Amino acid sequence: MSGTHVLTFVENDGGHARRPSLEALGEARRIAAASGGAVDAVVLGPGARALGASLTGVRKVFYEESALFVAFHLAEAAGAVLEAVKASGAGVVVMSATSLGRELAPAVAADLKTCVGADVTETAWTAEGLTILRPIYAGKAFLRARFRRLPAVITLRPSVFAPDDSGSGAPAEQALTPPREDARARVVETIEPQVVRQDLSEAETIVSGGRGLRGPENFGILESLAKTLHGVVGASRAVCDAGWRPHSDQVGQTGKTVSPRLYIACGISGAIQHLAGMSGSKNIVAINKDPNAPIFQVADYGIVGDLFEVVPALEAEIKKTTGR
Amino acid sequence: MNIIVCLKRVPHTASKIRLAAAPSGASSKSIDVQGIEFTLSPYDEIALAEAVRLKTAAGGQGSVVVLTVGGDETQPVLRTALAMGADSALQVRGNAPTGLELDGFQVASLIAGALRGRDFDLLLFGRLATDDQSAQVGTLAARLLGLPSVADVSRIEVQDGNARLHHLVNGRVEVVECKLPAAATAQKGLAEPPYPSVKQILAAKKKPIEVLTGELPEPTLETLALEPPPPRKPGRIVGQGVAAVPELVRLLREEAKVIG
Repeated sequence: MSGTHVLTFVENDGGHARRPSLEALGEARRIAAASGGAVDAVVLGPGARALGASLTGVRKVFYEESALFVAFHLAEAAGAVLEAVKASGAGVVVMSATSLGRELAPAVAADLKTCVGADVTETAWTAEGLTILRPIYAGKAFLRARFRRLPAVITLRPSVFAPDDSGSGAPAEQALTPPREDARARVVETIEPQVVRQDLSEAETIVSGGRGLRGPENFGILESLAKTLHGVVGASRAVCDAGWRPHSDQVGQTGKTVSPRLYIACGISGAIQHLAGMSGSKNIVAINKDPNAPIFQVADYGIVGDLFEVVPALEAEIKKTTGR
Repeated sequence: MNIIVCLKRVPHTASKIRLAAAPSGASSKSIDVQGIEFTLSPYDEIALAEAVRLKTAAGGQGSVVVLTVGGDETQPVLRTALAMGADSALQVRGNAPTGLELDGFQVASLIAGALRGRDFDLLLFGRLATDDQSAQVGTLAARLLGLPSVADVSRIEVQDGNARLHHLVNGRVEVVECKLPAAATAQKGLAEPPYPSVKQILAAKKKPIEVLTGELPEPTLETLALEPPPPRKPGRIVGQGVAAVPELVRLLREEAKVIG
């Protein structure tokens, strides 16, 4: 199966490619290098054409500038991607496993009569085609699987793959004009969050709090540490269920599975479903007053102590040593 | 309001996952189910709670039908769903036993096949099943059925044949309006999972479970092996209290290199 082309979907954030999409493009280039094919890209929404022109290592960019794509219109986005799949002859479709990618991929896969290899953490192209590795049970186990036919559709877990901006730009371009039925679903309003912040599943640094925080009013010390580290705040299921933090902050098997470079668990004992959701983190710090807390079994660095003293001291020390 | 809710039987999230023993030289392709407690996937319970709420809000008119894909091992969770307020259940099996987990396209195809030609207003799913975590079957099945679909929904309002849904996408909420019938997948916050009463549990025993057999497509994703997670280095305690902080920061800077 040599000469298999790879099509990658690049998320357009006001004319800029989102970082997880650049990671996906990097991995698309590595797959194409092994499969002997080319990499093409799809970009949608205002500024798509200019964004596409800035991508490196891409043979051709398929774009549609429609303002419809300022919001996420699933049926229309899937139609555009499918047109690009057809035009490019792609055998592999690669997206990032952002919340948008995880929804768009199955809509595309349905029309290609295939399933999605979702939230993939490793890919390999062999003589037998595409194999993937992906976490299941929130990382309590991993599934290694092979696509039995092409085209394959995969989404890649953010913060796992390296972007690749080597090579030159100026890809060829082609406007997409997919057939469009009368819309049955329309975005009528967008509610921006009060505080614009990174999604946990894409964050490089997460400072997470559990019941040890004793109440919602005490999360300020975590917010402050997270700000110093340019990270975001996460939480355990117990504190989300108690209403101390929004559900979108929950890390674990029934929340978000995360893979940041640095995860700081404060006052989290480490229930099995929480450990599953965060054990893909590259470095884990745990601060807990109970030396027997299960979180210390997975923590690369643990401090046994009162988080209300340790967390502010940690922030002060980081500021002192980095000059932040 | 006629609502279908698709459910999956999964290991409880507190379960330790071990891989099933494989013949020597072969790879394990399934988990060891010994001692595992199976439940409804938590997001599916939220979808079911929302379906019951919507039916009640519509004056109790219509029905809530739960659907699952699998063999007779799924009947206990269907009974649980019936106790939580569903009126009847559909159990859909493939026409060829595989002995392996089905892939997302196979499951979606069985769901779409069972529902084609049925009359309903809303098709609900949990946003993902906590075992396989693919988060794809809802959107796949909706697309196979030609329905508009919205994933990760935190609010649903229904009026005059239209739905207004709060869609969580990349950190913001987009409010989507669509005509019914439509499909949606439930995010946390949509509804609180119900706790059935003893009376409901007893009543559920008399509710009907219809068993259907559907055409199973060939798998597109073939399991090669299940593997344990990559081993982590054993944890280490840097020290006690505030006194350990300078050493922790030194390690994060010089060893882990995560602080610049």
